[in-house]
Amino acid sequence: MLRLEKLVKTYRTGDQALKAVDLEVPQGQVLALIGPSGAGKSTLIRCINRLVEPTGGKVWLGATELTRLGAAALRRERRRMGMIFQEYALVERLTVMENVLSGRLGYVGFWRSFLRRYPQSDVDEAYRLLDRVGILDMADKRADELSGGQRQRVGICRALIQNPALLLVDEPTASLDPKTSRQIMRLICELCRERNLAAIINIHDVALAQMFVQRVIGLRFGAVEFDGPPEALTADVLTTIYGEEDWEATIRKVEDEEVPAEGQFA
Amino acid sequence: MSHRELDDILGRRWRKPKLIKRAWLRWVLGLGAIAYLIAAIASIEVNWSRVYEGLDRGAAFIISFTRPDFVSRWGDIWDGMLESLIMTVAASVVGIAISIPIGLGAARNIAPLPVYLICRGIVAVSRALQEIIVAILLVAIFGFGPLAGFLTLSFATIGFLSKLLAEDIEAMDRAQAEAVRSSGASWLQWINYGVQPQVMPRLIGLSMYRIDINFRESAILGLVGAGGIGATLNTAFDRYEYDTAAAILMLIIGTVMALEYLSGVIRARVQ
Repeated sequence: MLRLEKLVKTYRTGDQALKAVDLEVPQGQVLALIGPSGAGKSTLIRCINRLVEPTGGKVWLGATELTRLGAAALRRERRRMGMIFQEYALVERLTVMENVLSGRLGYVGFWRSFLRRYPQSDVDEAYRLLDRVGILDMADKRADELSGGQRQRVGICRALIQNPALLLVDEPTASLDPKTSRQIMRLICELCRERNLAAIINIHDVALAQMFVQRVIGLRFGAVEFDGPPEALTADVLTTIYGEEDWEATIRKVEDEEVPAEGQFA
Repeated sequence: MSHRELDDILGRRWRKPKLIKRAWLRWVLGLGAIAYLIAAIASIEVNWSRVYEGLDRGAAFIISFTRPDFVSRWGDIWDGMLESLIMTVAASVVGIAISIPIGLGAARNIAPLPVYLICRGIVAVSRALQEIIVAILLVAIFGFGPLAGFLTLSFATIGFLSKLLAEDIEAMDRAQAEAVRSSGASWLQWINYGVQPQVMPRLIGLSMYRIDINFRESAILGLVGAGGIGATLNTAFDRYEYDTAAAILMLIIGTVMALEYLSGVIRARVQ
């Protein structure tokens, strides 16, 4: 469904953020991208929807190659890639509804969006999504009145209303408390399952990633160091990704939490 | 710096590092500034006997504020105020409308380089030419009257508002704009959803401030024949009617204060 071929990004400063990354993500697979800060995780997902222009290589979304598209074609393809951001990136002074409906901007014309006259089907879908994530009564509040967890739910709705085939998720739980973090991760993974969406989730919290995803990619210095199921993340593997550190606590924490987590949510 | 042991520096006084590290340079610059100030003040020539004579005229002017004459020239004052207000409102509306696209073009983070350079050029020209100079030129072209004043103020508004709007856009939160762009929005939609909400309060605040400035400027422009209350004020001074002049100045002060109050109320509402 998504295929990266020898994706390279070299910044103007000469920093090589991505060194020929190859990656294939099938339909419906939720994948966690881990790695130290500066490993190129954010760059990788931004190169896919070209918020950052890749220097070389190819990105295939289904049968379309994205890196050579012109502006109009790129806008059309961006509709198929929903993005969820670190720190939510909601437009603070717009209402929740406006933020959610802004996910439809790729589909509606300028005047419709300017006058906020969205098709009824879009409005209904926005309400359905807000209800699904449990913040329907916040619809007409301004985005900056919401709590962190609520804001990220709005961010999720904004990505899903695009009716995407792929979710690009950049540190969804940074700046959220541990409980809210889990709720948000669970919500994202549930919604991906419901809609058979593929997702790439950048995440720092290794334990949290192990809890929810089917596949983990470890990135270090812009290259893939690890690609496997979450159970295969051992202390040795974490050392190759992050460097020397005592990993027992990180891993054991996962195992401890696995049991109640399973009972609670399965 | 070489590695220092903690024990060596414990008990040592700490001061903020000086902005200029070299002590001699610091002293030379400081003493030089003081010497320049003394020399500059000493070079001002004051004709004290002329000042003594002028004190009476100054006093007459100030005392006239205690008995401003609104009545005897009320017709002229009213016409002048009306003309100034019309000039201010028209020039502000036109100037702001033109400033917005130029401001968007002058923001480096949303405009391509050629557009940026052209828009910054327009801003630079508008800011470089002082209102009075523009007004003299336009009065020469269009003749005496408020049309020249209106055009002058519109032109000045563009330089002011475009520059400050562009700077606000450049300081906006990139993440919010990026999120809108990632949904496949077109450029106009991106501006409308990602940029406009972020800069709107500042744009409104600046516009109110500019209306305020335009009104005050309209009083000055009359002195060079560009119409408005300034023309009335100028006539009053020419005729030594300080009491009428005082009345006009009070009206200008009152209007500016009213505008200031209004802008405070509006800005508090749009945050």
